[in-house]
Amino acid sequence: MSEHILSSKLYYTIWIILMVLTVVTAWIATVDLGPFNTIVALAIATGKALIVTLFFMHVKYTSEKLTKTVIVSALFFFLVLLALSMADYGTRHLM
Amino acid sequence: MATAITIPAEREHYLNKEHGISSWLLTTDHKRIALLYLLSITFFFFIGGFFALLIRLELLTPAGDLVQADTYNKLFSMHGQVMVFFFLIPSIPAVLGNFLVPLMIGAKDLAFPKINLLSWYLYVIAGIMMLHAMITGGVDTGWTFYTPLSTAFSNTHVIEAGLSIFVAGFSSIFTGLNFVVTIHRMRAPGMTWSRMPLFIWAHYATSIIQLLGTPVLAITLVLVVLERAFHLCIFDSTCGGDPLLFQHLFWFYSHPAVYIMILPSMGVVTEIITCFSRKRVFGYHFIALASISIAVFGFLVWAHHMFVAGMSVYAALAFSLLSYSVAVPSAIKVFNWTATMYKGSISYSTPMLYAFGFIGLFTMGGMTGLFLASLGIDVHVTDTYFVVAHFHYIMVGGAVMGYLGGMHFWWPKISGRMYPEGWGRLAALIVFIGFNLTFFPQFILGYLGMPRRYWQYPPEFQVLNVLSTAGSTILAVGYVLPMVYFLWSMRYGKIASDNPWGAAGLEWKTSSPPTTFNFDETPVVTWEAYNYDEIPTPEEVAVER
Amino acid sequence: MSDSPATMEHGHSPALRHHFADVEQQRNAASLGMWLFLATEIMFFGGMFCAYLIYRISYFNEFAAGSQSLQLKVGAANTVVLICSSLTVALGVRAAQMGKRRLLVVLLLLTMLFGLTFLGVKAYEWHREYEEHHVPGFGFDAKNLIEEHPKLGIDPQHAQVFYSLYFAMTGMHAIHMIIGVGLFIWLTFMAWRGEYGPEYYTPVENAGLYWHFVDIVWIYLFPLLYLIDRKPLG
Repeated sequence: MSEHILSSKLYYTIWIILMVLTVVTAWIATVDLGPFNTIVALAIATGKALIVTLFFMHVKYTSEKLTKTVIVSALFFFLVLLALSMADYGTRHLM
Repeated sequence: MATAITIPAEREHYLNKEHGISSWLLTTDHKRIALLYLLSITFFFFIGGFFALLIRLELLTPAGDLVQADTYNKLFSMHGQVMVFFFLIPSIPAVLGNFLVPLMIGAKDLAFPKINLLSWYLYVIAGIMMLHAMITGGVDTGWTFYTPLSTAFSNTHVIEAGLSIFVAGFSSIFTGLNFVVTIHRMRAPGMTWSRMPLFIWAHYATSIIQLLGTPVLAITLVLVVLERAFHLCIFDSTCGGDPLLFQHLFWFYSHPAVYIMILPSMGVVTEIITCFSRKRVFGYHFIALASISIAVFGFLVWAHHMFVAGMSVYAALAFSLLSYSVAVPSAIKVFNWTATMYKGSISYSTPMLYAFGFIGLFTMGGMTGLFLASLGIDVHVTDTYFVVAHFHYIMVGGAVMGYLGGMHFWWPKISGRMYPEGWGRLAALIVFIGFNLTFFPQFILGYLGMPRRYWQYPPEFQVLNVLSTAGSTILAVGYVLPMVYFLWSMRYGKIASDNPWGAAGLEWKTSSPPTTFNFDETPVVTWEAYNYDEIPTPEEVAVER
Repeated sequence: MSDSPATMEHGHSPALRHHFADVEQQRNAASLGMWLFLATEIMFFGGMFCAYLIYRISYFNEFAAGSQSLQLKVGAANTVVLICSSLTVALGVRAAQMGKRRLLVVLLLLTMLFGLTFLGVKAYEWHREYEEHHVPGFGFDAKNLIEEHPKLGIDPQHAQVFYSLYFAMTGMHAIHMIIGVGLFIWLTFMAWRGEYGPEYYTPVENAGLYWHFVDIVWIYLFPLLYLIDRKPLG
């Protein structure tokens, strides 16, 4: 990991953003956006996860490419599990 | 009997550095941990083999007359569980990998020696749990734990067996984690990725699978235990669950698991073939890339185990296509091994005999896998002995032969002694004959329609079954022989030099056996891998002296 | 990359393990090891997320109704609590990097406090589900769900799937938090003893990474379990 010591101001800023996004996601769930509710909820969650990863977990400040490769690989295979399983469930009704 | 050979003033090495049981049970030396694993997996190999012999005994006659049907279900289930999770998955990585990975890259130990020891203890705990489950009544769900038998209807120790495999899974994960970090971070100066032995590449690829696949098995077993114990509704079709979901999650790990079992063996075979052809490996980068490809592609094909289970036929098409493609990197390796041997100076040593056996038998097993990947053929031969023969050709004809070849090849390094070559070759031949006699008839049986996991069968299948059982007894002899002469060699075997085979690789540049910290000085690597044009043969070394 | 053994013998950090060439190699190894472990955790939780995805699509009405039966404000509050704990542990790592021993101990204690609060709230929620007969295998009854949403055509059996996944996923998450709190107890003790400072704070950093990961899992669990459909369902 990097030796970079981040300012406490940065941590508090990220914390505020996370709080705000939590309130937003809870509120927007009560607004009827049809199918977009799910997409928005996941997008906000992904945004929160991203800033936790990049700033709290220091991934933005590391010079180590391997860290990002490990994260991306795990996410890739997780998505493979989801996608190929859905290939079965999603096409059963066509049989 | 030969007289015991001792050296007057024995120099210090990892075996004699410390004595006493706690120096072994609390060791963090990767070489000692490798030997701890060797003992434990050999023990479980016997247990799994014992179940196999009982299965083959029952199948001598068409009638179910040796054991009851329920007992037979337990026999094949426990044979599978023990052999897969307690023998094959750890075997090469935990024994040869643990021993050799630091040595081959010029490191003093693995990155996390204590986690390495923890990994062994987790294996032992898992083993004790599994033994307890077996002794108190066993499991009858098959090693595949399909629902709803495992979650609802089985009256056997599913929970304990499932949790035991959960624990064993973490043993596997930690081994993989250790290897990846070690290979990335602890290579000696000059040991670039392209100079590493292909054994290392093979274990790197294996470790990726262990890290990414095993956790899915872990959570799947947890869900089975929760459903069985607390009546959660995940796979239970009476409340809307899908039994096929279990199969998807189970095979997402268990298919890549077969690559965990075969990749290290392929790594061993590469090392053996180059040494006993005295030739640089053909297509180093292709083999390295093929190993990684197998690891990656291996995650994309799992549902070929479910073609007749009720999955979508469109998805089955996709998985069938992907399954064909995963054979390509394996084939590339077979071509490259063959090309390596071409115009090489071949010696028919025991390791080389096992490597030959591997190439032939793995190829047969692999090609029959392609038959199974074909939807049309699979409909007929799935759940028959054709499948049983297919995976035993790969697991036993492939993986176990690679393991035995590797044990022979590195035995001088591990023990400081030579095994008796004549007996080695004889055992290899017995294994080869016994193996083929056991499993080739099963291809025919399967094609003719004999189902697997059946305790009785129509009388017209008896002849082939008798042949198979006869083969299994020969195979058993072939497996016991090395255990006997390896033990014998520890006291009476010829003292091994640093490099009795004249092999390439950093492990051969240090003493046999190595000291605790492997190298007196950190090696600096300035040569390419498999530089057999520069390394003298043992005969040339002897002549020089 | 590695020094000769000779220079290693003299004047190295007491935290350096001898199979490493230098502290930097050790730190890089520990960091890579931790990230690889988190990758395994992604796959571990991933199996349950896969089950969730498949059943949510198949039984959307039951999932929506089940989701509405959970208390949104409580879930949101718990999310806030967990985010606060991520802040405190991140600041804690920073305190270790700056050698501020006392601050580190305080922040670790706060992290644990937030973690225990989360677990307490979770226990309350689980108890409430039990009272509502929403625990599969323990007197499960989807009656109140059907009464609240008569027009949805809820199959009581399918509703069990939602709650099964709810308990499995939040339960596994809670187990990870309990393990995390246990780790922090050990860490706080070691920090109080002055074991961590600018030259060596790897355990704090790695525990922080673990904690942030558990936080991220919750960041996804909250919308997926509590916010499936919060408009009036009928």
